[in-house]
Amino acid sequence: MAGIPHDHYEPKSGPEKWVHSRLPIIGLLYDTIMIPTPKNLNWMWIWGIILTFCLAMQIVTGIVLVMHYTPHVDMAFASVEHIMRDVNGGFMLRYLHANGASLFFLAVYLHIFRGLYYGSYKAPREITWIVGMIIYLLMMATGFMGYVLPWGQMSFWGATVITGLFGAIPWIGESLQTWLLGGPAVDNATLNRFFSLHYLLPFVIAGLVAVHIWAFHSTGNNNPTGVEVRRTSKEDAAKDTLPFWPYFVLKDLFALAVILAVFFAIVGFMPNYLGHPDNYIEANPLATPAHIVPEWYFLPFYAILRAFTADVWLVQFLHWLTGGIVDAKFFGVLAMFGAIAVMALVPWLDTSRTRSGRYRPMFKWWFALLALDFVILMWVGAQTPTNLTGWISLIAAAYWFGYFLVILPLLGVIEKPTTPPATIEDDFEAHYGGKSHPAE
Amino acid sequence: MSHAEDHEGTRRDFLYYATAGAGAVAAGAAVWPLVNQMNPSADVQALSSIRVDVSGVQTGTQLTVKWRGKPVFIRRRTQEEVDMAKEVDTATLPDSNARNANLGDTAMATDQNRATAPEGAEGLAAEEWLVMMGVCTHLGCVPLGESGDFGGWFCPCHGSHYDTAGRIRKGPAPENLPIPLAAFDGESEIILG
Repeated sequence: MAGIPHDHYEPKSGPEKWVHSRLPIIGLLYDTIMIPTPKNLNWMWIWGIILTFCLAMQIVTGIVLVMHYTPHVDMAFASVEHIMRDVNGGFMLRYLHANGASLFFLAVYLHIFRGLYYGSYKAPREITWIVGMIIYLLMMATGFMGYVLPWGQMSFWGATVITGLFGAIPWIGESLQTWLLGGPAVDNATLNRFFSLHYLLPFVIAGLVAVHIWAFHSTGNNNPTGVEVRRTSKEDAAKDTLPFWPYFVLKDLFALAVILAVFFAIVGFMPNYLGHPDNYIEANPLATPAHIVPEWYFLPFYAILRAFTADVWLVQFLHWLTGGIVDAKFFGVLAMFGAIAVMALVPWLDTSRTRSGRYRPMFKWWFALLALDFVILMWVGAQTPTNLTGWISLIAAAYWFGYFLVILPLLGVIEKPTTPPATIEDDFEAHYGGKSHPAE
Repeated sequence: MSHAEDHEGTRRDFLYYATAGAGAVAAGAAVWPLVNQMNPSADVQALSSIRVDVSGVQTGTQLTVKWRGKPVFIRRRTQEEVDMAKEVDTATLPDSNARNANLGDTAMATDQNRATAPEGAEGLAAEEWLVMMGVCTHLGCVPLGESGDFGGWFCPCHGSHYDTAGRIRKGPAPENLPIPLAAFDGESEIILG
């Protein structure tokens, strides 16, 4: 890995040299695991490990669930019940997989907001950020398709509503929707292809995770100060960093243990808390559940989708401007995907040269408002639409776009940041220096 | 000499473009089957037209059949329901278009334009049958029959009210329930599609 100067792997014994000259895999693993890591990382830097764990857990539980699942409209629901009742420990595997998705998304949102606050997306880490956003999109696709597989009422009608979004695209929408579904409506063809892709995409994600890690190992980790590790010499770099193993691995594993304690309490005692009872009714194309709601982790974007109704002047203006091509339904779809697009483009929208939000007095408040906005969108996405919730979702959606498209570009110009510490070592000493080293 | 070099360059360029072009066509030809396999298969397409026996449907009841993966309501309306639907002035409707695939795009939403009749039928027999998609035009939920403020259908998802001719009267849905391609074959069989 280029970047931070440190000691690389040197094969010592004969067999090591033999392997190294043919395939330098031990060196690759050694350099990855021993990567110099800024020693001031706080607890918000644990989510990467949690996410890696989630991906592994979802793949492992998923593979064994497939050994008992049948992807056919007549048997899918029954086969999931078979897993729940007959398969040895099957209920536990399924609950782990279903709640594992929730933990996965909780961790990814905290991971993303960590990056947004500490400016981890800024140069030179744009590629890490973009790859991360692609992973997030794939996670959403995978989660959505996985939710369809049990073939319950929410599975079926969720799939109907979400694939209907593609139908809103002008001209090609209807044929695109038919192509995605493999027929005029959600049916066996849809279930089969969703199953195939639900199995495939996690491995694509795993590949992209490797690229994600490769990218930030090339640039070095960001840290709470946003100040770069000194690369002037190996000695200077060593003062700012500690090797990933064992220091950060053990810290991360401790965090993982704490989080898993909560996770297993949910899996064991309230496994259906985050689910919808309607999904324990088999899919019925002839009857709609009274209230169709997506899973909690889609709610903020679902709220943005619903926020732009036909009576919003911006929607009416665009409708007029495009000669009717962009109607309220298509506008909602554009807004939903646009909400993720503006987040992906944040490296180029944020004009401030100060990386970490810790040293940006105005940014801090706008960021806090964005986090609150996200929670509000999540809440409003679950409500039955009324006049009041319509206004709340519209204002919240507007703030989401305003933050990325107006506030971030402007703040870089008008804000006067405070001075970050000169080095990571200074920051570390300021926090922990006075107490010397308690372990000694 | 320089002329010969130019000639050489042009020849080589041509070969590059020809190879790249052939490669692009071959790649497209290889990808197309992978894309096309996701389109509706023959057995799915075969179900795009079905026959429904309606001889058992009593006056004042409704048959719901699945067609192209979606519910179709086939209701044999009472005289009262037909009269209620006929009384309405089409100018006052939120959607004054018949939304009937068997008629032109400009047909008005009169009860006559909404009903499906066997050939040569007269009186109530000519206006009692209502065949329409059971898919709310708002967000695709399935409305409930014999309910709502207008004695027709009511969508439980977001509160759209349809009248006894399946026309939207109140609520967020923008259009009348659409009438699919449907025709009587004889007096007791309907062909959908």
